[in-house]
This record gives sequence, structure tokens and C-alpha cells, in this order.
Amino acid sequence: MEGTKRKPIIEFKDFQFHYFSQAEPTLYDINLTIYEGEKVLIVGPSGSGKSTLGNCLNGLIPFAYKGEIQGSLKINGKETRDMNIFQLSKMVGTVLQDSDGQFIGLTVGEDIAFALENDCVGQKEMKETVERVAKMVDMDQLLSSSPFELSGGQKQRVAFAGVMVDDVDILLFDEPLANLDPATGKTAIDLIDQVWKNYNKTVIIVEHRLEDVLYRDVDRIIVVNDGRIAADMSPDELIAANILPKLGIREPLYATALKYAGVQVSADMRPGRLETLDIDRVKDKVRQWAREQKGTAEKRSRPEILRADHLSFQYTKKRKILQDINFVIEAGEMVSIVGTNGAGKSTLAKVICGFVTENQGRILFEGNDLKGKTIKERSQMIGYVMQNPNQMICKPMIYDEVALGLRIRGVPEEEIETKVDKALKICGLSPFKKWPVSALSFGQKKRVTIASMLVLDPKVLILDEPTAGQDYRHYTEIMEFLKSLNSQGVTILMITHDMHLMLEYTPHAIVISGGKKIGDASAAKILTDETITKEANLKITSLYQLAVMCGVADPHGFVQNFINYERGMRKDEKQAV
Amino acid sequence: MKSKLFDYIDRDNVIYNLSGLTKLICFIAMTFAVMFSYDIRFILCVMALSAVIFAASGLEFRQVRLMAVYVVIFLAINFVLTFLFSPTYGTEIYGTTHEIFRFSKRYVVTQEQLLYQITKVAKYASVVPLGMIFLLTTNPSEFAASINRIGCSYKAAYALSLTLRYFPDTIRDYQDISLAQQSRGLDMSKKEKLGVRIKNMMNICVPLIFSTLDRIEVISNAMDLRGFGKKKKRTWYVAKKLKKQDWLAMILALAVFAASLCMTWFVNQSRFYNPFV
Repeated sequence: MEGTKRKPIIEFKDFQFHYFSQAEPTLYDINLTIYEGEKVLIVGPSGSGKSTLGNCLNGLIPFAYKGEIQGSLKINGKETRDMNIFQLSKMVGTVLQDSDGQFIGLTVGEDIAFALENDCVGQKEMKETVERVAKMVDMDQLLSSSPFELSGGQKQRVAFAGVMVDDVDILLFDEPLANLDPATGKTAIDLIDQVWKNYNKTVIIVEHRLEDVLYRDVDRIIVVNDGRIAADMSPDELIAANILPKLGIREPLYATALKYAGVQVSADMRPGRLETLDIDRVKDKVRQWAREQKGTAEKRSRPEILRADHLSFQYTKKRKILQDINFVIEAGEMVSIVGTNGAGKSTLAKVICGFVTENQGRILFEGNDLKGKTIKERSQMIGYVMQNPNQMICKPMIYDEVALGLRIRGVPEEEIETKVDKALKICGLSPFKKWPVSALSFGQKKRVTIASMLVLDPKVLILDEPTAGQDYRHYTEIMEFLKSLNSQGVTILMITHDMHLMLEYTPHAIVISGGKKIGDASAAKILTDETITKEANLKITSLYQLAVMCGVADPHGFVQNFINYERGMRKDEKQAV
Repeated sequence: MKSKLFDYIDRDNVIYNLSGLTKLICFIAMTFAVMFSYDIRFILCVMALSAVIFAASGLEFRQVRLMAVYVVIFLAINFVLTFLFSPTYGTEIYGTTHEIFRFSKRYVVTQEQLLYQITKVAKYASVVPLGMIFLLTTNPSEFAASINRIGCSYKAAYALSLTLRYFPDTIRDYQDISLAQQSRGLDMSKKEKLGVRIKNMMNICVPLIFSTLDRIEVISNAMDLRGFGKKKKRTWYVAKKLKKQDWLAMILALAVFAASLCMTWFVNQSRFYNPFV
């Protein structure tokens, strides 16, 4: 870190950016220097300007998104405003967030070669380069595979290789973890780390899942908030400085646990990563806190609402998607269904909603077999909310959108109004009753889709990835809303691979892997079970690791206690307000 | 869920190993040859040739069965309609009337009309298999490269390639959206009246368009970032080098085209072969 002759590679000076389409500038007074060979993480809540900052580097601003730039941004000593996006793309390679959407070619090889094709590189040289780069990301065996045959992690590797062919100096990753399950995310961070170390690149990662990125070393973290740089320090300093919670960014769970235990976290404890943390200085306090916590409240037994009984499903004879699934969900539960992509969790939801029909077994709703019930009939009992609200909303006005399901059913208009009003109220959308959908934020649109299912009065709601792509603040907003819905009696099932969500909000988790149920217990139990987490591509929570490292007597209980403690704190906060 | 537009299965034989460019040029040359000539002898020769090529390509009939059925239906309708609307066109062309039998005063079946219509059907029947062969034996990745190499702008060619790339995604989106809307009560089954079903279809299309627009933004950014459109030309990873067989095939196809012209100018002195005079 000492100021030896490090060469600046990116220099922002009094930089400001203002989208033409917006009233206020998105970035103010950015002064930031990134040095050659550094690995920098940019964090910040949604709308803070962190993605805008990234887009200024790769040239999408002002090439694709128009706006006014003030001040100076130099890359490799050259002003970016004097360059075009093509010149910039030779210096900054960008891996976008959506690994499926950015897959341009029809096969892996073609996609990796895309930049070379545009540079008119000869075919022989091109094939050699593609081969070499594919090897770097371990995709050389799959050069002729089509994107439909690849997993999310593999697609990301291809995207990664696609920018590496240009031999860029700077690699920019825009939310690389957004669409990956926890274990694949870990591999992605590993891969980035290897490339950074072996090929001497400057790496910039824009991401809000701080804990997952910090799984490997990072030189500096830059916190962006409200268009300004709120902090620029090492991970150790940042965790100790206690800035993140105030800005609505999730700090690593183990760090939160340390603070609950009353540890005065300081930078010299090296709290940036659990691996570097000076355990000896914290373990007594953690152990003491663990002893003070009381056990969990007793479990109430509730009537059963949904039961799967030896459920099997297959599209074709060869591959079984679901095999002999059994579970019971009680009325008023909040349950997460987790597992890798392609494990069968979405199919399970489809079978429950009647989109596809099971081959064997039964689904019982309040004890009644659902066999033979149509999608429409089931939707009055079980509502299904898709991941992307844009895929559900089909009316321009909010009121009409929410009323759609009732109108189709021929409910009289007066009755519709009362029901819609009620649903809008539950979803906190009453003030927007007469608004167009286009005026809403992503989270609000999500609520509209939930409201449009709620008007049908279902007892169970199934949500596909309710918080995908949301930062901590919006995530909390959506989840607290679902929680309140749940406390009003709606049973909620969530398909997710967000471990925080599982841990914090769903007391009950069902794990699917390879079409079979491999776990059905409390989230705290699942995320501390090494076999299950491994098989389902999850990660052991850092809380558990902390507890083990500190020698806490009951590390499983420690995790559960942490969640209970946090819930208690949140309740207190609410009451205080 | 693999919903591919063309069921491309890679095989190792003469036809598959030709470059996409060759196949495109051959297809175009032979199509023009057949479309230009109304000489049934010539057309039957080409038809025989395309049957040979089809056999050589190793394609199986079940791969093209659906397409074949459509083509047959189309040809049958075409055959009937041609007779209904211009029952005497054959006589006009050939200038003679050899009556076979008559339905009514207007609808008279003549040898001339029969020859004209059979020639027309034979034209389609000889070109369509060639089109199928081109589509089914060319790796989808090679389409864009081939089209670009015969002089079409590479941006337009790439648009085609992207359509192929995103077609299955869009189908999947459509299915997902359709299911979600059905669960709100939109009935897409035959139980519902056609008018209502069309209206319901609209309710699926709006979200489909919006999610497709989202996709387009991502892909166009990704392409910009990787230098698409930087230069006037680009190279192609998948383009196959032209080999001896390619040149041979192209010469053969051009010969067929030349034969068509020769038949017209020197043998028949018109586009029609007239056995009646």
C-alpha cells in the first residue's frame, strides 16, 4: 500500500455525470485513483450510482446512455471522452451481469471469438486464441456447446473468456454473483482471483453481495452512496468502521455476529475476511454471548395446507425431473425451496400450480387431491408470482392490472373495486391506485404482481426468486412485506438460492437436488449441514464457521440464536419508530 | 427444453461438409434455373438431381415430414386455384387447344393447361427439397457467415444469426408468460371463443414484448462492448474454407443455371417448351 511507484491506471478527477433523461446528476465529485494490478470492489445500494460508475469506465456512457460529463476520467493516461467505445473496449473488458443475455454466439467457441471476428482476425489465429483463452477458464472441452446446454456458471465463464481474448488490462465485473447459486458464486470469485494473480490484470468488481466477494482477497473497497464516494478503504478498515449498515448494505454475517457479541471490531483484528480474523481476540466474547442466548420458542402445531405425496414428474422417459418428493407444509408457514439451477425446484412449483401434470403421486391441498383441477381452479387456492414482474404485467394501469384476474372471472365491477382496494392496501400501493405501471420502481412492480394474485384470495403464494437482483434495502423491503403478508395468514413458498433470505425469513427450508428431496428442516440446520450444502450447491454460513472457530459448544444453535436475536432487534426498532 | 428452429444434426457426408456459402450459392443458382425455365424436361432433370442430393445428404424423411405435408397442401391448393381462375392460360401460352373434356363452358380441361400446371407444380417440387437441404444441412452458425460472404451487409447477416440465437429464448418466455397468465384465469384452451382467445393472446404479447426489449438492451450493450460494428468488414469463426468440392459443386450449379438459359434461348426460343406445334 505504501506509495512506491505504483502506476495509476484509472483516474477520476472532479468527475460528474448527468443522464439527459434525469433531473439530477447521478455522480458528483468523484475523485478516485485505481492503480495498475489492484483488485477493487465497488459496493453501494441500488441507485447509488455504482453501475453508472462502471459504465463510465467501459464506455457505455456516453456511447449507449447519453448524458453530460464534467471533470476528467483518464484510463491509461488518456481522457475517455476523446476515445470511442471500441478503443475503450481494448483496455477495459466488461463482463455483464446477465450471463445468458450477453451470450451472443450460437456456440461457446463463436461467442468467445466474437471480439476477434469484429477485429477481422484471420480464422487460424482466431481458433488458436479461442482455444488458449477457453483453457484459461476451463471451457475448452465445450467449444461447440450451445448456450442451452450450459449452466449459469459456465455461461459466465464464456463471457469472461470473451473479454479475455482482447488481452485487456482492466477487467470490470458488473454484479458477477447476481444470477449464480452460492457455490457457483464462490467458484466465480475464485476464478476472478486466479486471473488477477496469474495474468496481472487490474480487476474491478461492482457487487453488493459483499461477503461473497470477500471470500478472496480484495485490495480496496469503494463505497458509493447517493452518487458520491462514501468510503475508500481496505476491507479490514471498512468492516471495523461500521459504515455499511447505515447505507443499507449487508455486512458479512460473522461481522454482525461479532458486533452483537459486543466485540469492539478494529482494523488490526483483520476482520475483512473470516480467514484472516484474529480469533483469539474475539472468541471469549462470542462464547459468552452464545451462552447468554436462550433457546428458541416452542413450535406451535398448525393444520396442514399442502402435502406432496410420492410426487414424480418427467418430461421424457429418460430424464426424471422430480423423483418421489414428499413434504408437508403447514398453514401460515414461510418456506424456502432451494437447490441448484435445474435441480427441479421450478418444476415442483409448476406441478403444484398445475402448469404440468405429475406422472406419479399426489398433491393434497387441505387434504383434498388436486388431481384434475385446472390451472384456473388452482389459482384460487395457490398464487404463483414470477421472478420478473415485466413478464407478468400486461395492463398499462395498476388498477386494471390488479383487477384482471377478477374481470376474467366475471366478478361484478363494484365487488372488484373493494377487492382491488384491499389488495392494494395490503401491498402498500393504495396511493398509486390510479397510476400507470410504468411510473413504478422494480420493487413496486413486484408488489403489483403480488397484489394481482392476492385479489384472487389464494391461501398459498409461490414466489420465484422474489428478491433476485435487489440490494439489501429493497430486499428487506420486499421480504418484510412478505413477512407481514404471512402474518396475516398467507402461507408463503419461495424458490430461492439466496442464503440470507433462507436464514432470515424462512424457518422451514426444503432442499431439492437432482430431482430428489435431500433436506427438509430449519434453514439454520440446512446451512450448517456440510453434506446437504455441498450437494445442493449452497454454502455453509459464515456464522457457523465463526461459531466453530470460536469453539462455541452448540454451533447449530448459535446460528438459530443469531437469527432470533436479529429478529428481536428489528422488532424493537419498529416499536421505537 | 430445447426448441430449436431447425433440427440441425451434424453428420459427416459430402453435402454436410460443403461450406454454407457453397450451399447457398448452389441453392440460389438452381432456384433461378428452375424458376426461369418452363421446360418440363429440364425441370424433371433438376427434380431428379435434387432427389439425388437429398439422398446423398443422409437426411431422413421424418425430419422434413411436417414441411413436406405443408408443401403438398400448398401445391394442391395452388393447382386447383390456378385452374379455377385461369382455366385457359395454357392455351394462351401454347397457342393451340387440345381438349380432353369439359365441365362447363368456362372450365375446359386442355392438354395445354394440364402441361402448364404440371410444369408449375414440378418447379416447386424440385426447388423445395433444395431449400430444405440448405436449411437442414447448414450449421445455423454458418448462415450469417454465408449470407455475408455473398455480399449482404454483415450487420444484416448478424441480425439473422441473433434471431436464431434468441428464438428458443423467446419461445420459452412465451410459454412461461402464458402459464402465469393462465393461472390468473386467462383461458387459452379451445373451450374459449376464438375472439376471447385472441384478446387473451394480446395479454401475453405485451409482457413478452417488454421482456424482449430488455433482452435487446443487454445484447446490444454486450455487442458494443465487444467491438461490433467497429470495422467495415469482419471475419467469421465458423466460416468454412472453400475446398475443391465446393468449387465443383458451384460449377455444377452454375452449369445447371447455364443449361436453363441455353434451353430458353437456343432450344425453345422462349421460356416455354411447346410440344404442341
